[in-house]
Amino acid sequence: MKISKKILTGVVAVFSLLGSYVYAEELLVDAIVKKANDVSLYQGYDCKGKLSLVTVDKQGRKRKRELNVLRKNVEGDTGDQKYYTYFLSPAGVRKMVFMVHKNAGMEKDDDRWLYLPSLDLVKRIAASDKRTSFVGSDFLYEDISGRNIYADTHELIETTKDYYVVKNIPKATENVEFAYYIAYISRKTFLPMKLKYFKQDDICFRVIEVVDVANFVSIQNGKEVVFPTVTRSIARNIETGSFTEMVFSKIKYNSGLKDSLFTERYLRKPPREAIR
Amino acid sequence: MNKIKFVLFKLSILFCVFLFSEKECLGSLADIVSASEIHGFLETRNGYRLQNDLYEKDMSVMDTRVQLEYFGYADKVDFKYKGDFWSDLITEKVEYDMRELWFFSRPSDFMDIKLGRQVLTWGTGDLVFLNDLFPKDWQSFFLGRDAEYLKAPTDAAKISLFFDIGNIDFVYVPKFKSDRYITGEYISHWNGNEKRISGQDVPFDVSKPDDYFKDDEISLRIYRNINNYEYALYGYFGYWKNPKGSTEKGIKTFPLLNVYGASVRGVLYRGIGNAEIAYYDSQDDKNGLDPLVPNSEMRYLIGYTQDISKDFNISLQYYIEYMLDYSAYRQNVKGQNTRHRARNVITLQITRLLMNQDLELIFSMYYSPTDKDCYLKPYIKYKYSDSLSLETGLNVFFGKDEHTFFAQFKNNTNLYTSIRYSF
Repeated sequence: MKISKKILTGVVAVFSLLGSYVYAEELLVDAIVKKANDVSLYQGYDCKGKLSLVTVDKQGRKRKRELNVLRKNVEGDTGDQKYYTYFLSPAGVRKMVFMVHKNAGMEKDDDRWLYLPSLDLVKRIAASDKRTSFVGSDFLYEDISGRNIYADTHELIETTKDYYVVKNIPKATENVEFAYYIAYISRKTFLPMKLKYFKQDDICFRVIEVVDVANFVSIQNGKEVVFPTVTRSIARNIETGSFTEMVFSKIKYNSGLKDSLFTERYLRKPPREAIR
Repeated sequence: MNKIKFVLFKLSILFCVFLFSEKECLGSLADIVSASEIHGFLETRNGYRLQNDLYEKDMSVMDTRVQLEYFGYADKVDFKYKGDFWSDLITEKVEYDMRELWFFSRPSDFMDIKLGRQVLTWGTGDLVFLNDLFPKDWQSFFLGRDAEYLKAPTDAAKISLFFDIGNIDFVYVPKFKSDRYITGEYISHWNGNEKRISGQDVPFDVSKPDDYFKDDEISLRIYRNINNYEYALYGYFGYWKNPKGSTEKGIKTFPLLNVYGASVRGVLYRGIGNAEIAYYDSQDDKNGLDPLVPNSEMRYLIGYTQDISKDFNISLQYYIEYMLDYSAYRQNVKGQNTRHRARNVITLQITRLLMNQDLELIFSMYYSPTDKDCYLKPYIKYKYSDSLSLETGLNVFFGKDEHTFFAQFKNNTNLYTSIRYSF
């Protein structure tokens, strides 16, 4: 009797320890994912740069897209952002502007506009499946503007010398083409360095890999800060054999982009920041 | 009204003075040259009618076109030129169309000015225009030219003012610019004088207001975005854009027209909804008694667009043209080819992108249940490479009567193809 009581106490103790360990790990993984999300999408008050996307299909045919991107975080901690995208090439889309007011809340769709200069037409674009191709490349819209961290459950499956390895399982499966994805998040910078997407049967069908990271020094709150930034990455579609290399250049943080840049005024007539 | 015109005229002159009296004017020009870019395309577009048309050629469109575009900017000013040259086998001429030639400046935080030849668009309709009284070119659209050509350029001064409580656009056009209307040269149509379909066989005589600063147009828009719902009020003071009036001798005219309207656009359910209203106030015939001048009208539009799956969009609109003083109109036309009091049009557009968005399938439909006629425009665009694109499509018109808006073009139903090389 005495023994069984001891065992019971022991078991209870182990379980409660285990419970708090699991809880702590959940906390840890959520903090890692949150930090990774902040570093990849929210650094600085604002950021601008040029994106070049070269897509090579299975037959070796190349498609090149170049666009200038301006991004500004909305004040407060809603996670809302504004994006202004000015197309430089190819010829068919040159000078078009795509503007997004990203609503980070799960319940609200993003607001999106497209400006067609040859018609002087401001089109309001219906919110769409975020897992559609970004400008015809192997990157998806969600890869660029960020997948909502609350759309998945996260599990820390391994901590290596360099990475936190996190398994992400979508809460709603009807809108995604993957069963889960595994993110290799740098322990040093918190940038996700590799994302592997899997189907139900554990077959990896899509990989995004960071090739280069550069540090950018900026001033924030009067202090000098360093923003590690992905400057070269590759998205591979293993099913179609196509891949896209994305290069981010001419990067500048905290250049003081005004809120008014993200309105119809500048949609119809792009600011100098966007066309240079 | 004359006061407004005078003020606008003065503002335009001030703007020119501002542009060219700058000390560093020569420096600016040098900067423009250094920050310049030239682009354009070469295109051949060929189309044929799919049935006989007694009054037109079998060819519907036969263009070999070059478009050149030059853009430059300096400290205070942007400059753009865009022009098209093409050999046109329908008119058997080499044609030139200057599409843009403008200067743009932001003289202050709350003001933008654009001066010169420009393409202008506003309003919420998808290929339906209520408060947008800037010139259109439906002829090019019906022939299967690129969507860019649906809008014709205007020589105008556009002054935009931006305030916290709302924004204002003023557009002053010193000489009236009509739509590029159907004359019978390219497209056969219902001829009210002859009471039959006609085309190249009957000359289309018009009398157009064309005195600078006297026969002018003013367009106005006041708009505001509240929580990403876009509200706008509109005003227009000018002329009917198509020759809808007539003299006793049958020469077509452009009677005076004022338009007042409003619109709203924003997120609705899982897509975008829009609603627009416009009152067309026919100034030359206030009570609808003059048979030679179009009656006043109310115009209404509601629309909804949604992505139903990946790269698959549907847009649906309901549009009504409601004639005022209808009994006066009925008496005037004495029962001949009377139009409905309320012309209803339903538009549907389905867009599907395939093959990494290189293949675009578009189906557009305009259907009028009151006119019992229809216009279908299905087309396919394929981007073979970043510089080479191919397109083929149909423009199909049918209907019960000969005189209704879409049915009159029955014999112009055509198939076209194009190849474009962009640089």
